[in-house]
Amino acid sequence: MFSNILIWFVVIPLLMLAGLGLCRDVKQVRAVAVAGSTALIALSVKLLVDYLALRAAGDTAPMLFLGSWTWFAPLNINLAVGVDGISVAMILLSSIILFTGSFASWQVPQPKAFFLWLILLSTGVFGFFISIDLFTMFMFYEVALIPMYLLIGVWGTGRKEYSAMKLTLMLMGGSAFLMLGLIGIYYHSAPAGQPLTWNILEIVNNTIDPGWQRFLFPMTFVGFGVLGAMFPFHTWSPDGHACAPTAVSMLHAGVLMKLGGYGCFRVAIYLMPQAANELAWIFLILTGISVVYGAFSACVQTDLKYINAYSSVSHCGLVLFAILMLNTTAMTGAIMQMLSHGLMTALFFALIGMIYGRTHTRDITKMGGLMRIMPYLCVCYVIAGMASLGLPGLSGFVAEMTIFVGSFQHADMFHRVFTIVACCSIVITAVYILRVVGKLLFGPVYDKHHLELTDATWWERFSTVGLIVSVAAIGCFPNFFSNLIKFTFSPEIFKVLGM
Amino acid sequence: MDYSQFLVMKQELAVLVVFLLVFLYDTFMPRGAGKALPAFTTVLLLLATAAGFCPDCLGSSCSAEAFAGMYATSPIISAIKNILNIGAVIVLIQSVSWAGSDDMRIRRGEFYELLLVTLFGMYLMISARHFLLFVIGLECASLPLAAMVAFDKSRYESNEAAVKYILTAVFSSAVFMMGLSFVYALGGSLYFSDLYLAMAGGGISLMLVLAIAFVIAGMGFKLSLVPFHLWTADVYQGAPTSVTSYLSVISKGSAAFAFLVIMAQVFGTCYAEVWEWMLYAIIIVTITVGNLFAMRQNNMKRFLAFSSISQAGYIMLGVIGFNTMSMAAMMYYILVYIFSNLAAFGVIGAIERATGKIDMSDYCGLSKTNPRLALCMMLAMFSLAGIPPFAGFFSKFFIFTGAINQGSVAIYVLVLIALINTIISLYYYLLVVKAMYINPDKPVVQPFKSTCSERLGLWITVAGILLLGLASCVYTWLLNTSFLSNFAAYLM
Repeated sequence: MFSNILIWFVVIPLLMLAGLGLCRDVKQVRAVAVAGSTALIALSVKLLVDYLALRAAGDTAPMLFLGSWTWFAPLNINLAVGVDGISVAMILLSSIILFTGSFASWQVPQPKAFFLWLILLSTGVFGFFISIDLFTMFMFYEVALIPMYLLIGVWGTGRKEYSAMKLTLMLMGGSAFLMLGLIGIYYHSAPAGQPLTWNILEIVNNTIDPGWQRFLFPMTFVGFGVLGAMFPFHTWSPDGHACAPTAVSMLHAGVLMKLGGYGCFRVAIYLMPQAANELAWIFLILTGISVVYGAFSACVQTDLKYINAYSSVSHCGLVLFAILMLNTTAMTGAIMQMLSHGLMTALFFALIGMIYGRTHTRDITKMGGLMRIMPYLCVCYVIAGMASLGLPGLSGFVAEMTIFVGSFQHADMFHRVFTIVACCSIVITAVYILRVVGKLLFGPVYDKHHLELTDATWWERFSTVGLIVSVAAIGCFPNFFSNLIKFTFSPEIFKVLGM
Repeated sequence: MDYSQFLVMKQELAVLVVFLLVFLYDTFMPRGAGKALPAFTTVLLLLATAAGFCPDCLGSSCSAEAFAGMYATSPIISAIKNILNIGAVIVLIQSVSWAGSDDMRIRRGEFYELLLVTLFGMYLMISARHFLLFVIGLECASLPLAAMVAFDKSRYESNEAAVKYILTAVFSSAVFMMGLSFVYALGGSLYFSDLYLAMAGGGISLMLVLAIAFVIAGMGFKLSLVPFHLWTADVYQGAPTSVTSYLSVISKGSAAFAFLVIMAQVFGTCYAEVWEWMLYAIIIVTITVGNLFAMRQNNMKRFLAFSSISQAGYIMLGVIGFNTMSMAAMMYYILVYIFSNLAAFGVIGAIERATGKIDMSDYCGLSKTNPRLALCMMLAMFSLAGIPPFAGFFSKFFIFTGAINQGSVAIYVLVLIALINTIISLYYYLLVVKAMYINPDKPVVQPFKSTCSERLGLWITVAGILLLGLASCVYTWLLNTSFLSNFAAYLM
């Protein structure tokens, strides 16, 4: 069992949990967090290298590193793992953000309990990305959700009790639909007389009855879509992100929201292509609204975290929007956007946390001229902003470009109109990013006390540089990432769509 | 008469033997030895439980009948009795501090004797295949409980609760027997097997519908299904905490299984025509009303009373699924529910004993003053709410999977309603977590040391919460046993 590399992505966080349990002081906690997250990064790089090597050697199986261990034999529930390029990319993303997030929460109060919940959350995240069994996938998904309640409730700021409860209930509400959808998939996973299965790779070969697809597709898509901040189920996101502590915002916007997009793709669309084809228009409208509405909302906010949270709604809406275009180019763009948004939003939240830690306010009307006071942090902020509004050379440009090229491949009016509407979001993004940059960084100094503030410390520099390098890497070497992703778009998904 | 038939009732006899030993100990041992009675009873029942798991000893390895088919046993029946036994042992462990206290000195024996008698009654309910024996079991399980509820005789609430309990118990028995008289009129027999054939051949009549409605109502009181739940909150609040925990898990679990037996083995043929829809409506109302009222409670015992009402609704999903898988899931659910609920009651009992506080607002800041108790409570709440990786998640998932195995679209809708209700329940379970971990108010409960028995009880329940789900063998065992049992013939 432990010879499979993937299982270690769950084992290491569990070992970290055990290690944290034994910690006596804050130094040991930091040591465990750094050691564990470094190990995870190393492991995910090794996974990437091994994966590419296998692909280069001509292995064309849809999933690699397969492993399956029986759990509940009568229900055919297995702990089944396997990855394709998308999962590898997501695992890499998660480990980078966990790593930088650990540094960003260097001075958090009650570090032991904080890291216990944070690592439990990441156990769920990694488990979700390696699973190909719907049951374990769902279990890890919920494991990743519930620590948010305490992380926000205990370590958050502002209206944290309200936000934590709202976020938890809405996400769990989504997973209620999801659970029904998954159980429904299970009971229609095989033709009559054959054993039912939870394994994605097996279900995809036995087509689910189209009538049931029409019922199960919305269930699963909405279920995951809530986490992907799909309109009108996005309202947890601004409040939740605004009140969460820095590392949690990073991990949540950076990785957890990707669980939604990944789930929509891997479960809803991968397993139920016919219904996806028929019903995509409904969700296209909703996600189109998310994209534009999120961007407009970001324009009128004055709290830095709210601005970024609404911008996340817009960008994650774009992920779902692109997935629903159901063609290779747009979907590749969607995955790129997940990576890009994950990294840059984590960077944003990290920077906001660092600025807030100094000025003790996140209100942009109460700050100004920070570029003179803390140039390092402000330059980073500008870079993150540029990535967000799609400057070539950074990740945002590559992702959004691919998405819009893919969406425009649809020749009909409906798709064209919505693509154009979604394209507008780029302009609106520029508005809110430049507004903040102008006011916050380059305006006159608002508060004399701010002049005494210091610039970034070593651990803060460390975490921001890591993220900026990753953002630039995607921007400069898009081919590498799109090859990693594209290869795994096995033709089975598109067989039904006649592509 | 062939007296060897009694040997079929091995588990009942074991409980009776324990009862007799406790009785003799209580009566003839010197005063000073009374302190050891709680431990004595617990160990004896633990031995009976352990022996029950061994098929060659007290458990049943195959189906058997006694007294011309009035009594039946099989591996699955033995399994549910073992589950109840485990729960009873945990309740006994948790009640050691309470029962060992000085004001209980002269009443200690009665508590254990009454508890064992009700356990015996529940066994009879589960094993009865004739309504006469069933009613004996039912009364045996209900009436002593009223005395147990009134155990804090100097407390006004305890007395009030006992009066409420005995009145509803008697009334529900009356309703139930009204149903039985209709059933007898329809089938001309009280044997389950005769009635099953009579129902199969008889067609649907108004009398049959009424009979089933009365039977469901009668059992509904026992299970505290809405609209027969009105006694629950007051009784749970008034009764001593150990008795409340016994009422909420053991009494409920046994009644649920007995209910399934009646519905399958007597009314199994009119499932789709008559009682599926009755139960459908009752489940929706039960889960929803239980949840909505639980949100408003501040007293922890009342809170858990309403939570247990909604949990009973989930348990009933195992009955309405009406297939072998859902039956196994129901038993598994009961087992997990026993552990989760007893963990919550363990914490409540410990805090009540040490400080006398039982309001949710008193739990503010508990994580700072008593972190371990707070952790146990949080795990219990998460498990009751169905959060992975705790056992409650698995039991919820399996009971939904089992119900959907029935296959109709209506069941999908029912499960969806139940799922949406889990979100409401999550809200109020999180309120407890919020009070303990997030609320900034000054802690009310000062740090205290819980007694050994309380800690032991919490260790056991927490271990159950953590392991019952992740270790797949428990559910697999129940499922395999269910498929082997002769129930499969009655279910779909």
